[in-house]
Amino acid sequence: MSDYQPVLLANIHREDSHKLAVYEAAGGYRALRKTLREKSPQEVVGIVRASGLRGRGGAAFPTGLKWSFLPEGHPGPIYFCVNADESEPGTFCNRVQMEHDPHQVLEGTILSCYATRASTAYIYLRYEYPLAYRRLQDAIAECYEAGYLGKNILGSDFSLDIHIHRGAGAYICGEETGLIESIEGKRAWPRIKPPFPAVEGLFRKPTVVNNVETLTCVVHILDRGVEWFQSLGVPPDPDNPRDAGSYGPKLYGLSGHVNRPGVYELPLGVRCGELIEEYGGGVWKGRRAKAVVPGGVSTGLMSQSELDTPLDFAGPVSVGCLGLGTAGVVVLDETYPIIDFLYNSCRFFAHESCGQCTPCREGTRWALRILERIKGGRGRLGDLDLLAEIGEGIGIIPGTTICGLADGAAWPIKTALRKFRDELEDYIRRTNPTGYMATGPAEAVDVAEVA
Amino acid sequence: MDNSNMTITIDGQPVAAEPGMTILEAALAAGIYIPNLCHHPDLKPVGICRLCMVELDGRGLTLSCMTPVAEGMDVRTESPDIDKVRRVATELLIANHYPDCLACAKNDRCELQRIAAYVGVDQKGLERLRRTERRFEVDRSNPFFDYDPNQCVLCGICVRTCDEIVGVNALDYAFRGFQTVVSTFGNRPIAESTCVSCGECVVRCPVGALVPKDMPRPSREVKTICPYCGVGCSLYLGVRGRRVVSVRGDRESPVNQGRLCVKGRFGYEFVNHPERLTAPLVKRNGRFVEVSWDEALGVVAERLQGYRGDQFAAMASAKCTNEENYVIQKFVRRVMGTNNVDHCARLCHAPSVTGLVQSFGSGAMTYSIGEIQDAASIFAIGTNTTSAHPVLALEIKRAVRRGAQLIVANPKEIDLVRHACLFLQHRPGSDVALMMGMMRVIVDEGLEDKAFVAERCENFEAFRESLSAFGLDFVETTTGVPREKIVQAARIYATRKPGAIFYSMGITQHTHGTDNVLATSNLALLTGNVGRTSSGVNPLRGQNNVQGACDMGALPNVYPGYQKVSDPDVQAKFERAWDGPLSPNPGLALTEMFDAIDQGRLKALYLMGENPALSEADANHAREALEKLEFFVSQDIFLTESNRMAHVVLPAASFAEKDGTFTNTERRVQRVRRAIEPPGQAQPDWWIICQLARRMDVGGFDFSHPSEIMDEIARLTPSYGGISYNRLENGGLQWPCPSADHPGTRYLHAQRFNTPSGKGRFVPLQYRPPAEEVEPQYPLVLTTDRSLYHFHTSTMTRRVEGLEKLDGRELLRIHPDDAQRLGIADGDRVQVRSRRGRIEVQAQVTEICRPGVVSLTFHFWEAPTNVLTHAALDPVAKIPETKVCAVAVEKA
Repeated sequence: MSDYQPVLLANIHREDSHKLAVYEAAGGYRALRKTLREKSPQEVVGIVRASGLRGRGGAAFPTGLKWSFLPEGHPGPIYFCVNADESEPGTFCNRVQMEHDPHQVLEGTILSCYATRASTAYIYLRYEYPLAYRRLQDAIAECYEAGYLGKNILGSDFSLDIHIHRGAGAYICGEETGLIESIEGKRAWPRIKPPFPAVEGLFRKPTVVNNVETLTCVVHILDRGVEWFQSLGVPPDPDNPRDAGSYGPKLYGLSGHVNRPGVYELPLGVRCGELIEEYGGGVWKGRRAKAVVPGGVSTGLMSQSELDTPLDFAGPVSVGCLGLGTAGVVVLDETYPIIDFLYNSCRFFAHESCGQCTPCREGTRWALRILERIKGGRGRLGDLDLLAEIGEGIGIIPGTTICGLADGAAWPIKTALRKFRDELEDYIRRTNPTGYMATGPAEAVDVAEVA
Repeated sequence: MDNSNMTITIDGQPVAAEPGMTILEAALAAGIYIPNLCHHPDLKPVGICRLCMVELDGRGLTLSCMTPVAEGMDVRTESPDIDKVRRVATELLIANHYPDCLACAKNDRCELQRIAAYVGVDQKGLERLRRTERRFEVDRSNPFFDYDPNQCVLCGICVRTCDEIVGVNALDYAFRGFQTVVSTFGNRPIAESTCVSCGECVVRCPVGALVPKDMPRPSREVKTICPYCGVGCSLYLGVRGRRVVSVRGDRESPVNQGRLCVKGRFGYEFVNHPERLTAPLVKRNGRFVEVSWDEALGVVAERLQGYRGDQFAAMASAKCTNEENYVIQKFVRRVMGTNNVDHCARLCHAPSVTGLVQSFGSGAMTYSIGEIQDAASIFAIGTNTTSAHPVLALEIKRAVRRGAQLIVANPKEIDLVRHACLFLQHRPGSDVALMMGMMRVIVDEGLEDKAFVAERCENFEAFRESLSAFGLDFVETTTGVPREKIVQAARIYATRKPGAIFYSMGITQHTHGTDNVLATSNLALLTGNVGRTSSGVNPLRGQNNVQGACDMGALPNVYPGYQKVSDPDVQAKFERAWDGPLSPNPGLALTEMFDAIDQGRLKALYLMGENPALSEADANHAREALEKLEFFVSQDIFLTESNRMAHVVLPAASFAEKDGTFTNTERRVQRVRRAIEPPGQAQPDWWIICQLARRMDVGGFDFSHPSEIMDEIARLTPSYGGISYNRLENGGLQWPCPSADHPGTRYLHAQRFNTPSGKGRFVPLQYRPPAEEVEPQYPLVLTTDRSLYHFHTSTMTRRVEGLEKLDGRELLRIHPDDAQRLGIADGDRVQVRSRRGRIEVQAQVTEICRPGVVSLTFHFWEAPTNVLTHAALDPVAKIPETKVCAVAVEKA
């Protein structure tokens, strides 16, 4: 695999890689020209469907299938939203793409809008990405200038406007219906589905929401073809009719206790250990890994013994994690206390819960309170059972809450308890030697509000 | 759509359901409980509490509150997964809930308790989680209810109520996640928000977060009708011992469906007020002395013997029941031998009667409150509906939510404007010009309903000619409204049907009030917006029973049912029925009585529950007149600014202490029921008058119960012919209801108008300016208004502590431009002068008023606005022009 030549990241090391001229010189907008000339929107949907492309934002939903949910013959407008809110802890691949290759993102957006007959696209951009904001703004201006955006793009009868909408620092805005509410100017409270956005989305019109990286894949599928795309990655498991396969290139955001953190493009299915050792230069300071987050904190933890797991859409599931998620791989070395990981992740999700659904609003905060108690030296062994109960109760059953946040909050809890229970019990015994066996009502803990 | 019922299966039981229902609704309707917290039948489902999970067709968990029923659905309400989800959510909610159930006002009515009991929470689980400290301060800023966020379960019912039901949006969520709280704009106390204290959120709160202050639970409840405005909301008075302690809206009522406003829900303290009159008072040596009924009645009967004929007059009361108004007008006519009886309708809707009778043949609201929601356009002119008819305003807002376009025409930017698509801020008194301008546009653009005009109307040509004087240049200059807006309003109202017109005092209280009313009826006839459901011309009646008092003939020119006293056949009918001679001469209008007293023609006055010293235009004149009376007797529940001048004051029973009927603004006759005993020796008004008649040796007053009076009313009043108490138990009846098997009438003029020809009559109109115009000495126009928190002269509302806290003083509203020119800052004391009097009030500088216009209410005796107003009368309706007078304002 070491001879793999990057496609999605092919452009980023060029000088002025964010500029139109550089992008065009490397073959940029070739796919757009060809597609507008030769393919109908339906054909584009068909190609993307045939490629088996699955969404890169975390849920891995088949992109072409999502597009096909749009009502046929809708009089419009149809809206397209680019989810560039990239807020999952440990995730930063979109950032690199938007900062260093904004035109690739725009070409993917324009092609996808053509396929879905959307006339307006909104890029919902994480506020903390000011450089990406400027680069995308400049790139959009260049596109209008060059006729890639606006009325009658490249002389076709396809017209498109793209607007950038900056978020204001809330994780929930990355949930697609929360994102839609936020663009509409409301609290980003996710909507109950159905209706799905394809039927009733932004401003109550049919809407597609896709992740940045997904859209850049679309460019190359249309440029190089379905066969090329399927030559990369892992085909579906023939024994599992529900497996849609893991085709194509993938960006892995490697961070944590590794020697060379960064964004690595590899075909889907690289083994976790290989990614860390061969690309990340191994765990830092000559240590061993204790645990690895396979794809953003909400996917949970893999233990050291599970590093052989392939990082495709099915791999992390096979070792009891939520999935590949955003492929934000975070390495924790052997000295790092799992209690700290758990505390930080719970603190994050409690802070980011929108407050709408009871189990999430209450559950994430109570999990945090228990962890605060443990970290404060007043933990009891029974607290771990209680944590497990909350983790199971708020997350595991689909439909418990409106969106996936509570589920995401539950996986770190569940995997940590399952895989690192000994260490956690040890911690409690050590820090609360006189009270760790206690039962009965817990003393009230005075906790600073999580702001 | 298939409207047939369907069957679904819940836990193996077949359950009938209707299309459009959710699973939860079908289950609850069938008596099957599914735990739920954020569901409320009045509100759209949101699915956020996550407690109402069910398993559907083996497909896994789904929210029963969000899932519509489908034929053959197989629903399970119990499974290990369902139990787990519910249990975790319930335990977490309770863990975060202040635990003192026994001290909570919602104890045993709490949905969280109910859910906990059903789910069966694990004590150990709670102990591990439970929080016992309060995180939040309790917000006690509202005088009527408290908000305790520590008890809140964030179901959002209050937030959605304030949005979907009330349209005020005082409440919303603040912060996020676990920090989420229901709060106001800027997280300020509720009293500092836009909250209108209606309490709709309080009644819907499923837990103890929003609870009424000091509202003990009643030992029994009595269904009756609200004593405030003409909407006629049905409510339950809660009684404990001998006191009224609570009020609850009647959800079964077709009028209010359980909703109430701040006055109706919280403004009943006056009933138990220590200042209630409890014994007859006779003035001796300038002071009132308590006497027995026997003595008081004796004095009154003896004195009245000497004033029979036209030297006597009575003011009946729109606050009293139909039966009482019937009895007093019968007393005046039969015992005193005069037609000098009138009441405060003279000051509010006399032009509606004189105007609408000309065009439609009947002076009442043409349609029903329940039809408002289906209007496609609504033209609200001269009505501050959210203040004066709050619950009816909810229906207007509901119509807007359902797609109606609302046009508001008002000299002030009233609250309703927030819901309007178009706001016409016309000059006070320019209503005829505004509406004739709209009609000019409609005719010029050919938007009139030609078939309706041809088939159902008459006198169109003469009317059309009168439109020629209303070119848009003239209309724009006269009204101050940009012509584009007039054109737009005309198009909306003429093309979006059904279109309804609502108006109130802003139309009637003018010297050309009748013309104003005729302009509304012309507009409705022109567009075919009358005689059909959800359309029509709808005068909003002010007092709880002003419609009924008019219907009962508490008017100088008509007997009950608007039968003319000047008609010999009618006279003969009533002489037969009442067994004695009656006067054929129409009596004095209320507004004429003061001049008649002044001139010595009128010497004795019987005042039933009115307060003319505050409510009359040019009130100083009225007050002086009252002082000149040779004999002045009053019956009331309190001493008022007026009856302090009386020779005898008789203690009356309040609405809560008597049986009877009120007729609301939509002609609905509704039962008023005795909930408690009157205080002390107080007696119902009908009883007092009947006693008096008997002492004056006139027969026909031997009623032992108001139902017997209603039977007599029905015999003599065609439109009430089918009304009797046993038919009024549920929801009342809307007149005309001519016979015992008649169901009542939802909207009028469906087939024919009540005019002699049966056709709707167009009336040509001219523009006439107000009687008093501004001049250098009096450069501002004063117009009068109402506060949501007070009623009329505030005899009742200012005896409710909370209402007084919410609105305790008069404010002169003045535009910043005028204020700046006069050197007045917000909050300054100012003196307001007219040619007739002066008052001192506090100024409120606000852009609500247009420049050149100032406004006052007339609720406050300390600043009696009506000493300023002008008693110039409409020549037909004899209503004074309280909406326009010229004043000067300066710093006090």
